[in-house]
Amino acid sequence: MNTKLARHKVAFNTLFARETRRFLRIWPQTLLPPAITMTLYFIIFGNLIGSRIGQMGGFSYMQYIAPGIIMMSVINNAYSNVASSFFSAKFQNHIEELLVAPVPNHLILAGYVAGGTARGLFVGLIVTLVSLFFTQLNIQHIFITISMVFLSAILFALGGFINAIYARSFDEISIIPTFILTPMTYLGGVFYSISLLPEFWQNVSLLNPIFYMVNAFRFGMLGASDIAIEIAFGIILVCIISLTTFALYLLNKGTGIRN
Amino acid sequence: MKALSIQHLTKVYSNGFEALKGINLDVEQGDFFALLGPNGAGKSTTIGVISSLVTKSSGHVQVFDVDTDEDAEATKAYIGLVPQEFNFNGFEQVKHILVSQAGYYGIPASLANPRADDLLKQLGLWDKRHTPARALSGGMKRRLMIARALVHEPQLLILDEPTAGVDIELRRSMWIFLQAINAQGTTIILTTHYLEEAENLCRNIAIIDKGTIIENTDMKSLLNRLAKETFILYLSSPLSTDFTLAEVEFHQLDDTTLEVELKRGDSLNHLFATLSQQGIEVNSMKNKANRLEELFLDLVDKSEATL
Repeated sequence: MNTKLARHKVAFNTLFARETRRFLRIWPQTLLPPAITMTLYFIIFGNLIGSRIGQMGGFSYMQYIAPGIIMMSVINNAYSNVASSFFSAKFQNHIEELLVAPVPNHLILAGYVAGGTARGLFVGLIVTLVSLFFTQLNIQHIFITISMVFLSAILFALGGFINAIYARSFDEISIIPTFILTPMTYLGGVFYSISLLPEFWQNVSLLNPIFYMVNAFRFGMLGASDIAIEIAFGIILVCIISLTTFALYLLNKGTGIRN
Repeated sequence: MKALSIQHLTKVYSNGFEALKGINLDVEQGDFFALLGPNGAGKSTTIGVISSLVTKSSGHVQVFDVDTDEDAEATKAYIGLVPQEFNFNGFEQVKHILVSQAGYYGIPASLANPRADDLLKQLGLWDKRHTPARALSGGMKRRLMIARALVHEPQLLILDEPTAGVDIELRRSMWIFLQAINAQGTTIILTTHYLEEAENLCRNIAIIDKGTIIENTDMKSLLNRLAKETFILYLSSPLSTDFTLAEVEFHQLDDTTLEVELKRGDSLNHLFATLSQQGIEVNSMKNKANRLEELFLDLVDKSEATL
């Protein structure tokens, strides 16, 4: 193997291992809360309220919301892992360990995004296991299910990275999740089918990328969706390419990390 | 070969502050080089540019003949940096910090682990290898930063105030360690506020002030420029009231302490002979101030005067 390539491989593995070690070390902050929160969602929305709602889209309400709840936990955790880890590295200056080393910017980005993706998928797996206590999940399209959750985790890990680059305080890494990410997730069809909405709000929902992810993921699990799956994959890939390009531009420029 | 060559380097920060005003600097391979200057002179900015933490405004930096603009990865691989401020993840274990740092340089864990163990033993951190870095004492944190900078076996080690806040015993043990590293062929660039440290360790020196190199020479030549030296003599018995010393400027600090100023070329033997003739016995003596310190203050004062 090319020496440079071998060196880069070791550097990437090191960064990925460090990021994974980090979220596993602080599991009471990273893995336990989503498991508890999502259990409450299943109990309250799925069991208590869901039993009165009846069916949605041809499935029990519990079955209908399970994919959305899993996707919501993946998105939130992929985002917040990278946002908090990269911002902490900036805040404590240990980002300098990477900046002085011969690690190209695309590997720094890849390492952090891989760490965020790993946490997103790990939490997604935990929430999926929790959901099995409440409902049955017969996955209809395994490839679509796995690829959509994987791509969604990557996309939001990239979002968390860009947030952390611009953030100058811990407050600034919670503003986006609180005021943008959470509303977009709730309005992304996690708990309802957009066919229940008036036409105007149905059209507004089509501008929300999380809506496509939730629906594509639901299609993979249940075989039902409000939109065409190809469009969902197209949109998410365009978003990933755009955010990767922008994140690399910021890194190369040194925004927020170099004087 | 030059370990470092800086040409016309400038840095203007976004607030308009001109930290470096076109400096030129060469450091030969194998040298132990001191980069001195008052606070805010541009030392850390220079080090930041060399190690890629600060983006330069213009000029060139070459490390072992490789230009940082042409192959930044190669120049970074040559350099080990010990920054002024602690910059490791305090929640990570000491050994993890070293092995991760080696990994960033492409060194696999199979090689990094024994290297980290060796450095931890050499620097007295072996017992703390599983301790989170934030739990270390100040001196241990400094040693951890040195170990981290050495784990990829750099050819150029840059130390920015490595002994700041370190007790004298530890400082001296760090000097011995650094001298051994230098003897093995590693080029070292040191910035320090302890001028005694620079005088003891370094062969060549540059002094930077207000973003300009105001002196760049070898330590011996610089010290030879001292026009005069002041000694404090501790005497065995009180001086008489009519004591005098011909041709030598002196002040009597108290009954048994004498401050004597000798011009360059004046002999200490002559001074002792004169004192001996008067029946005065000298118990001990010391330089009033560090020689380099006097020169440093003189050069910086002159630089201020020309601005």
